Amino acid sequence: MLELIIFSTLNGLLYGLLLFLLASGLTLIFSMMGVLNFAHASFYMLGAYFGFQISLYVGYWPGLILAPLLVGGIGALVERYGLRTVHKHGHVAELLFTFGLAFMIEELVQMVWGKVPVDYRVPDLLNFSAFTLFSTTYPAFRMFMLITSVVVFLGLLLLLTKTRVGLIIRAALTHPNMVGMLGHNVPLVFMMVFGVGCGLAALAGVIAGPALVTQPAMAASLGPILFVVVVVGGLGSLQGAFIAALLIGLVQTFAVAINVSVADILAPLGITLTRDSMGGDLWMATVAQVAPIIPYLLLVLVLIFRPKGLMGYRET
Amino acid sequence: MNFAKMMNGLPLALALVFSAVSVHAQNVKIAYIDPLSGGGASVGEHGLKHLQFLVDAINAKGGVINGQKMEAVAYDNKGSPQESLVQVQKAIDAGVRFITQGNGSGAAIAISEFISKYNDRNPGKEVLYFNYSAVDPALTNEKCSYWHFRWDANSDIKMAALTDFMKSRKEIKKVYIIGQDYSFGQAVRVAAVAMLKQKRPDIQVVGDELHPLLKITDFAPYVAKIKASGADSVISGNWGNDISLLLKAAADSGLQANWYTYYAGGSGGPTAIKQTGLDHRVFQISEWHTNVPAPAMEAMTDAFLKKYGGEAAQGWWYMRMKNQMDMFVEALNKAKSSDPKKVAAVLSDMKFKNILGADTFMRPSDHSFFQDMYISSFGSGTKHDEEKTGWGWKTTTVIKGQDTVIPTSCKMNVPS
Amino acid sequence: MSEIVNKNGYWMQWVLAALALIALPYVFSSGAALTMMCLMGFAIIFSLSYNMLLGQTGILSFGHAVYYGMGGFMTAHALNVIAAGKLPIPLPVMPLVGGLAGLFFAMLFGWVSTKRAGTAFSMISLGIGELVAACSLILRGFFGGEGGISTSRTDTMKFFGMNFGPQIQVYYLIAAWCLVCIAAMYLFTRTPLGRMCNAVRDNPERAEFVGYSTQMVRFIAFCASGFFAGVAGGLSAIHYEIVTSSVIGAGPSGYVLLMSYIGGIGFFIGPIIGAVLMTVLQISLSDYTGAWMLYVGLMFVMVVMYAPGGLAGLLLMHKPMLMRGTLRRLLPAYGLAVVPVLMVTAGGVLVVETCYHLLVKASEGTAMNVLWLQYDAKSPWAWSAIVVLFVSGGMALRKLSPYVAEAFHDAVQQAQSKGAQ
Repeated sequence: MLELIIFSTLNGLLYGLLLFLLASGLTLIFSMMGVLNFAHASFYMLGAYFGFQISLYVGYWPGLILAPLLVGGIGALVERYGLRTVHKHGHVAELLFTFGLAFMIEELVQMVWGKVPVDYRVPDLLNFSAFTLFSTTYPAFRMFMLITSVVVFLGLLLLLTKTRVGLIIRAALTHPNMVGMLGHNVPLVFMMVFGVGCGLAALAGVIAGPALVTQPAMAASLGPILFVVVVVGGLGSLQGAFIAALLIGLVQTFAVAINVSVADILAPLGITLTRDSMGGDLWMATVAQVAPIIPYLLLVLVLIFRPKGLMGYRET
Repeated sequence: MNFAKMMNGLPLALALVFSAVSVHAQNVKIAYIDPLSGGGASVGEHGLKHLQFLVDAINAKGGVINGQKMEAVAYDNKGSPQESLVQVQKAIDAGVRFITQGNGSGAAIAISEFISKYNDRNPGKEVLYFNYSAVDPALTNEKCSYWHFRWDANSDIKMAALTDFMKSRKEIKKVYIIGQDYSFGQAVRVAAVAMLKQKRPDIQVVGDELHPLLKITDFAPYVAKIKASGADSVISGNWGNDISLLLKAAADSGLQANWYTYYAGGSGGPTAIKQTGLDHRVFQISEWHTNVPAPAMEAMTDAFLKKYGGEAAQGWWYMRMKNQMDMFVEALNKAKSSDPKKVAAVLSDMKFKNILGADTFMRPSDHSFFQDMYISSFGSGTKHDEEKTGWGWKTTTVIKGQDTVIPTSCKMNVPS
Repeated sequence: MSEIVNKNGYWMQWVLAALALIALPYVFSSGAALTMMCLMGFAIIFSLSYNMLLGQTGILSFGHAVYYGMGGFMTAHALNVIAAGKLPIPLPVMPLVGGLAGLFFAMLFGWVSTKRAGTAFSMISLGIGELVAACSLILRGFFGGEGGISTSRTDTMKFFGMNFGPQIQVYYLIAAWCLVCIAAMYLFTRTPLGRMCNAVRDNPERAEFVGYSTQMVRFIAFCASGFFAGVAGGLSAIHYEIVTSSVIGAGPSGYVLLMSYIGGIGFFIGPIIGAVLMTVLQISLSDYTGAWMLYVGLMFVMVVMYAPGGLAGLLLMHKPMLMRGTLRRLLPAYGLAVVPVLMVTAGGVLVVETCYHLLVKASEGTAMNVLWLQYDAKSPWAWSAIVVLFVSGGMALRKLSPYVAEAFHDAVQQAQSKGAQ
């Protein structure tokens, strides 16, 4: 039991930190520009594929630096030539543009790399087990993922709190118009933020690619959860995104480990429920089977009762 | 408003121009409807290569009946039952009268029901459905159909053979069952629990788990549960990504258990098994494997590997598709016609000596095909290896075709 | 407007539409065309229902397929119940069941969703859509798990001697429902409620000042939209005779958004055009090129960036000129622009196809046959020719565009001045 808890915690933290890497970029972009970037998970996917392609020529480690830079560059270009054109048509048009972009990126990826998962391998340097606890081994690559995510979070925190650029960005998070009026080159800041956000997503892709399968469906599988994290955490709040990401990562991982259903809980109380009772399927479903729903339930509840999210400053 | 109506008509006119009209009325067309994208793509794409190779070989030998060529047409059903129906309709509209599919019993059941209804409503335009791999028992029991033929032993037959094998293995004490949450996965677990109870009541089933089909990329939580249960053996009918990723997660966490599977030999499986280091502890039940001694078959698989090997180095998988196409050709030639009704009549009770030299037969009461089943283990010291791992399949036992027969509850309407 | 659409003319267009729908199977009689027209039928209803939300009320929903799917499931279950009990309910009534199911769930979820507007609403709709899609695999009794619910449309009682087995009868059923729904949704836009939806879209604050609760207006629009989506779902259940949980997910929700937007959300006819076009592309284009989804995505992005009025917007921009007869002013400009447009399109298509062929179909050799041209995919001459075509077409288009814009402007002004006379 203890073994299960420890490893579920580790895996949950890992998943949560990965979500945070993605959500941090999305939060920054949304807070500054008001555009919910549907294509964010697609940039994550691009990062993984670019990392894979680079690893075929020069190995895994250069990909860790190059892929985020490349994808960040692409993101900046998208902002400059795509988003800016659409900006004058309103927020809905921006949302739709990013939606179409997500669509196209998935098609392009399928065309270039095929529809079958690609063999993005864990680098040999990290291909061993980090430690053994209660006869279960934990791969070193996952420890690497954990450490990198924490480092990035700290770096982001330092950037935002201790540097001038961070000051401007934080100001633009809560008072974008004022920042413009103070004379800062807001379009340039926007482009940079979009690029950096996409770069962060790509970094998450390079890290996650070897561990989770690198395939065209990876964007679609992570996309909705990402929005849940951002909204639950609070639009505009990085700390909120961090807490929400960890919360959802842990909840989902632990939920899979629990095989208890409502029927099991009520049985000792003398109430027998079977599949044939009214609403039978609901009572018989174990928490493990219900696990995929939990984030969305959380999203809907938060949006109804506390649209600011856990720590947000603004409503949408 | 007239303008708008004109605009309404224009796309339809374009549709007429673009709609593919079958020009090759002479070719015998067989449609391949399987996932060519998404989680099942690795399996679907490989199966398509099999079909294409077989059709090319048939045409090279002079075609069928009086020299008519055969043509394979591929449709992507994305793994979805509903999309399969769209594709079947497309195939029928393109002049296809023979459909083959195998990946996913959900899609298979949808196709079988659709074809039964279609054939009822359109007499004279019948279509046949060749099922080469969807093993939900329902398809040859309560949902059987005269127009459906299955070349793979159904899931109950396989579980019966597998549990017969497990009966003799005294080291099995605790079994964990993990499967995909759909009709096939449910059939596997029901049969496993029932047959184990019957044959080895002392074995304890310590876990019985179903997970979403082809959606999970990280099986670490599930492996953690298997570990926590203390199981020494795992039974699984998983296929595609679901078995290769499950084995990969087992390798990552160092799970020491024996695996009794249906499809561990699928794409990515052998690589993952090698990673686990479990030498000859992963078993699979299949109708053939690469180290079955049969010169004609080995020659064919070598030719296939040469044509489609490449970096992937995935060899031949589907002996059952070879059986299917061989019998299809023989039926076409015997019936001297490509009329599905006549072909079906010949196939219904056909007895056939396949390329391995073994006696096989199609049972007319439910259109199930019976053949020898091999239980093999994956490990070192074999002639052919898989996926460049250096390990290959070694036969543990062979079960003769007639010993695999189990009763059926099928009551099909045989057309006059 | 009054010269053309007088009272008789108003009814005439509906009669003409009905006649056209009746006559279509005689013009396009192949099995493939018939199936395609059936698919178009409920796609039209679905995208029109979606436009009630997006185009008329200004709310962007990412979970509209939920009501479509629930309508489909309820219809399938109802059909099975009727068949089992041999109840005397004919098939043509069944889409109503779907509609009522859509209405019920729209009321249930709509109350919660319409509390907020804008991005919050979109997020809630996404959340609810994903929630229901995830639930669909758990509630196996209702949703049928992976295999879905199958049904048979011929097991109901005969309707005027038709058992709805043959595809042509299904077509007429779908066509009839399509016409009725189009008329109903069109009439909705003409009611005061429909006008208030537009007001809420354009200026919610002012609509509140006029005295209407924006939440109530959105809610009612949501329910009506859910009803029609349910009808479309019911028709699709009748057509396919199987409903699986894939009809509820993010795929169809995104698809209906694509259809409506490309057609044009600002006009009633827009989603109809979008639905017809997308159905044709989905069925026919995929036979010609494996990259058809990429083309659809490109088209969508182009529309979002350069033609936010959609195809209908582009066409109807010319309406004042058509009616005042000043279209002639535009023709020379358009005629000149046609060549560079064709060059850019052909160049673009060739680029995509060649890349696709090299990347995906490499094992089939490098010979290519696209747009009546045959060439080798790897030859540098072919590549330079394609690039030159694309780039020169693009440059010519850029040079010509001020000229075309000026011609357009002139034509519009002439039309306006003529109208004022």
